[in-house]
Amino acid sequence: MTQPALAGRPAALRLPDAARLQKYGVYLAVAVLLLFNALFTEHFLTVDNLRTQLVQVAPVVIVALGMALVIGTEGVDLSVGSTMALAGALLPLYLGYGLLPALLIALLAGVAVGLVNGTLVSVVGLQPIVATLALFVGGRGLALVVADGQLKQIANPDLLALGADSLLGVPWTVLIAAALALLVAGLVHRTTFGRRLVAIGGNRTAAALAGLPVRRVLTGVYVLCGVFAALAGVLATARLTASDPSALGTLMELSAITAVVVGGTPLTGGSVRVLGTVTGALLMQLLRATLVKHDLPDSTAQIAQAAIILAAVYAARERRSR
Amino acid sequence: MKKPVLLPSAPAVVPAGPAPAATTRPAPGPGALPGRLLGRLQRQAVPAVLALLVLVSSVLFPSFGTLDNARGITVQTSFLAIVALGMTLVILTGGIDLSVGSVFALGGVLAAWASQWGVVPALLLPLAVCGTIGAINGLLVARAGMAPFIVTLATLLAARGLLLAVTHEGATTYLVPRGSAFAELGQGTVWGFGHPVLIALALFGLGGVLLQRTPFGQSVFAIGGSSDAATLMGLSVARTRVLVYLLSGLLAGLAGALNAARLSSGVTIVGVGMELDAIAAVVIGGTLLTGGAGTVGGTLWGVLLLAVIQNLINQIGSLNSSYQSVVSGGFLIVVVLAQRYLFRSRPTP
Repeated sequence: MTQPALAGRPAALRLPDAARLQKYGVYLAVAVLLLFNALFTEHFLTVDNLRTQLVQVAPVVIVALGMALVIGTEGVDLSVGSTMALAGALLPLYLGYGLLPALLIALLAGVAVGLVNGTLVSVVGLQPIVATLALFVGGRGLALVVADGQLKQIANPDLLALGADSLLGVPWTVLIAAALALLVAGLVHRTTFGRRLVAIGGNRTAAALAGLPVRRVLTGVYVLCGVFAALAGVLATARLTASDPSALGTLMELSAITAVVVGGTPLTGGSVRVLGTVTGALLMQLLRATLVKHDLPDSTAQIAQAAIILAAVYAARERRSR
Repeated sequence: MKKPVLLPSAPAVVPAGPAPAATTRPAPGPGALPGRLLGRLQRQAVPAVLALLVLVSSVLFPSFGTLDNARGITVQTSFLAIVALGMTLVILTGGIDLSVGSVFALGGVLAAWASQWGVVPALLLPLAVCGTIGAINGLLVARAGMAPFIVTLATLLAARGLLLAVTHEGATTYLVPRGSAFAELGQGTVWGFGHPVLIALALFGLGGVLLQRTPFGQSVFAIGGSSDAATLMGLSVARTRVLVYLLSGLLAGLAGALNAARLSSGVTIVGVGMELDAIAAVVIGGTLLTGGAGTVGGTLWGVLLLAVIQNLINQIGSLNSSYQSVVSGGFLIVVVLAQRYLFRSRPTP
């Protein structure tokens, strides 16, 4: 017999592990952190500070929402950080024609990235990590080429307003992130597209046999993820008042994946937890802010962050297996 | 150790290496070649592309085909190669190790710090610490049943944190004393080829033997093929898993130490994104990310291919360095597309 024992799915044993990821642990952890800060951190529960925290986390939330959709299909998108950089790099080139055309072109870059990723995954059948690795590497290079390797200041008042202004005290970035979260929740739970997405993530073969348009849905998911990343790139650029193609969005893929997974979406697909994803992003942000405000050095912050990820995932695992 | 005879796993039994990599999955679609031939083709694809690339560029760029350039490429590549060797083992079991870049950097800093007491501490300290990180990865994956992606993502952060702590938030750079035996380990040469190159080659030889000729290697393939089946066969799945992550940590730490020896200092900013380079090399080398099929030899070719592309871009002096990653990314797509269409090796459910 030359065929190794590959009849069973290789992921069969790992499936329950990821599925065991916590359900409510992340909400509890955020509550505990908030309580801790309310009691022991000076100037934490102020409107200003909370607003700052939300503004900082908004791009992560937006990227993580797209990532949650991709992970729901048992995929992953490593190219989101590069997509942010690319969108940010395109902005200053077209702001001369006005805000709207520049925005459209930046978002179209997200669509293009998503189409490439989606086609490689759904039509060619590459593993998502490989398919998106190419644009992770190449996308930032493209951003650097587009921007001629330079950081560019943003002068357009409309774009700057998008990053700095607020509506009824809530910054636009935060409002946009919240609106997108609602939109994605609706998409997942209320539309055919969402149901198909989850079905494909649960069992792609079964979904294909049931006649679902697997390729179209998968491509759509990657396009959405690309657009969300591009939007996050635009908003981050607007807030930073400059487009920095070499730094914008670095390690964003890891932050987004962490937010999604800590939020309870299994890496093995078949479920998308939108509120969990938002809370996951908030948890990591709160954690960082807490450590910084207590003057702990970066090294401690990173180790603590790692410990929290592991503890959250492990604790949830125990709860589920009972 | 279990008896290898019990295992009906092809990759370890066929003497010519895991030739039937492509046959381990049902090849869908028409036109699939007979398994063995297909496997052979797939094994030769990357070396063939590499040979062609080297040939063409030697003609186009006189400075490319020189022995000096070959020496330069190989020594720069050897560190990634050592890291990718460990990654190959992990990926063969169906796992992934995202922590290697951080562990690489940490190993380098620890080695440079310890080199003031001689060559033995300079090697032992990084190996001990990085091996521990690898073992923690393995225990959390194998015993606690947590997803490798998350576990190693966390240790990526933790190892960076540790690195920052050791270097006082990056403010301290440890230097390797001049003329120490440890520096010689990274800078010495044999026939002009750096020591790291020979060490990497020796490690790949060892890795190949370990994978193809030992019960441990057979367990690795069996777990990657189907860990359920491996468990039912009575293989020590957990122990094998812990071992591959341990090896990956050790190799990344060793590569970091060698790099520090070569640079004569523990540089803190190295290794960022190295995990993705290593994964790319493994994938280009024909190892399936789902585990169960692949070779360390393929990984070596993958690493070389990536290095040659990068070198070529440097040779084309007029090309903006921004294009480097664009071309690398584009080439990655081309290679995986070629693998996909010429050698259908993965199912499309």
